[in-house]
Amino acid sequence: MVKINGKDQDVSGKTVLEYLEMTKYDPRRIAVELNEEIIPKTSYGETVLQDGDTVEVVSFVGGG
Amino acid sequence: MKKDGLGNPENLPTREEMLHALAERHGEDRQKKFSNAVVAVCGLGGLGSNVSVSLARAGIGKLILIDSDAVDITNLHRQQYGASQIGIPKTDALSAVLAAAAPYVELETHHICVTEENIQELLGSADIICECFDRAEAKALLVNTVLEKLPDKYLVAASGMAGFASANLIRTRRITEHFYLCGDGVSDVADGTGLVSSRVMVCAAHQAHAVLRILSGEYEP
Repeated sequence: MVKINGKDQDVSGKTVLEYLEMTKYDPRRIAVELNEEIIPKTSYGETVLQDGDTVEVVSFVGGG
Repeated sequence: MKKDGLGNPENLPTREEMLHALAERHGEDRQKKFSNAVVAVCGLGGLGSNVSVSLARAGIGKLILIDSDAVDITNLHRQQYGASQIGIPKTDALSAVLAAAAPYVELETHHICVTEENIQELLGSADIICECFDRAEAKALLVNTVLEKLPDKYLVAASGMAGFASANLIRTRRITEHFYLCGDGVSDVADGTGLVSSRVMVCAAHQAHAVLRILSGEYEP
C-alpha cells in the first residue's frame, strides 16, 4: 500500500503520473513529495510508487 | 512634536532602543535569532504585505521583498498600503510602510516577476521563504522550484483563504521537514466570494507566526 495524503491506496507499481491521471488534480497547481523529497514535474512519468511509500500531494488554490 | 497623527519623523528611537524594547518582550536570545534572520516574501499583496508588517515589527533583521505590481485601489481592502500610495510599485510602497513601523529593518527589494530561472538568485540568501502569491499556478511553481533547487531553506506557503467561512478552518501544516502550508487548503478565490480582509490576515498571521516559531527553534506548527 502507498500512503497518499494520509490514506492507504493500492497503487504500488504505478508511476506518479499514472496515479495523478486517476485523480482530478490539475498538474499545474500541485507539488508532489515522495518520502519527504520533492518530485520534479519532469520525473512524474518515471517515478514508480512502491509499497510503504509516503506521498504528499499538495494542491494549490488561488487567493492571496 | 507635531500635533498631527503622523508624529515627528526626526524623533525616532535609536536602533538600540528598538532592540531593547523587543528583547524585553520576547527575550534577548530570540531577538538575536530574529535580528540575524533573512526572510524573503514573494508577493506583496494580501498575504505578503501583512506577513511583512508582522515580521518587520517582530524584529526580523532583513526582509527580501519581491513583487512586480503597483498599488491598486482594490488592494486597499486587505493590503497594508495607504490610499495615497495608489500607482506606486508595491516594493517601494511597502518599504515606506515598513520603515515607519520598524525603522531599522534592512530591506532588499525586487520589482520583478519570480521565474524558475531567477529563483535561486533572488532567494539564495534567505533563511526562510514565504510564498505569498495569489495565483495557484504561481504558488505551485515557486514551491516546486524552491523545494527542488533550494532544499535546505524553510518554505512557508499558503493555499485557501478566500470567502467568509470560519477563520478557525485556517491552519498551519508541516507537510515535510522544511515545507509548511497555511490556509484551509480549499477556499479558492475563483469560487465566488473572493477575498475577505480579515480571513486573509489570519492566513498571513499563520505564515508570519510559522516563521517566528521556526526561528525560535519550534518546528512543529
